[in-house]
Amino acid sequence: MLVLSDFLILGAVLFCLSIAGIFLNRKNVIILLMCIELMLLSVNMNFIAFSYFNADITGQIFVFFILTVAAAESAIGLAILVVLFRNKNTINVEDIDSMKG
Amino acid sequence: MTKIIFYLFALILVFAASRVITVRNPVHAALFLVLAFFSSAAVWLLLHAEFLAIALVLVYVGAVMVLFLFVVMMLDINIARTREGFTRYLPVGSFVGVLILVEMVLVVGAWKTDESATLSTVTAPNTESLGNLLYTVYLYPFEIAAAILLVAMVAAIALTMRTKRQTKAQRPEQQVRVRREDRVRLVNMPAEPRD
Repeated sequence: MLVLSDFLILGAVLFCLSIAGIFLNRKNVIILLMCIELMLLSVNMNFIAFSYFNADITGQIFVFFILTVAAAESAIGLAILVVLFRNKNTINVEDIDSMKG
Repeated sequence: MTKIIFYLFALILVFAASRVITVRNPVHAALFLVLAFFSSAAVWLLLHAEFLAIALVLVYVGAVMVLFLFVVMMLDINIARTREGFTRYLPVGSFVGVLILVEMVLVVGAWKTDESATLSTVTAPNTESLGNLLYTVYLYPFEIAAAILLVAMVAAIALTMRTKRQTKAQRPEQQVRVRREDRVRLVNMPAEPRD
């Protein structure tokens, strides 16, 4: 029988993979956005697992809102990426230093 | 049987996620991310979250990942330059990842849950109960979410639109600055006698 910790560990593995991905692909903004999507997916996995094992559907409502915000975030992120590539002709994070941050 | 299905899809999910972060070509990374979303939708189906599984496939695989693929194929990216530093960051990245994973597994493993009260009793269909809650208790957040989507759409269009404006629109700053003398002209006329 599946227990709660199976799903929690699956979510933890996904989260750690996406954190490692952010470390590994520090140059490529597109892969960074994909890693953020994976991270949100793992959080959603935790929410749904808790919602199922606590018999409370509110967790699924939260997943719904997280999906909404994630879709908005990726749309705006990709739009910024397109504008960035059009102006500077690169998506390498190290070349994007015009603000000297 | 459920356990076998869960482990199969979990394995595919972890494999796809690890390929997303290691693969060389961003197009392949996007396709592996599609695979990851599909298998996690299957895992969500095991948890009786049917509506969200379908929404994940429709919204993510159908819209967001297509957007990703669009952008990846539209931009002409020098892959070799974006890949440099991969091996340099491999030790620290995997170290931090494994460390966080060990911490999380320790926390989850040490946490005793009440396993007797696990299985949720399914009374209504998932979509129905979700909609009942969403349109009553969470109506206000739901409308805020709709506003967020609208703002995101407007922002994305406004960011990427580059043609000059061809529409005829009002200019409020000039409308506000207008003075009486610009618009109103008083004409002196002799009064005409009534017949």
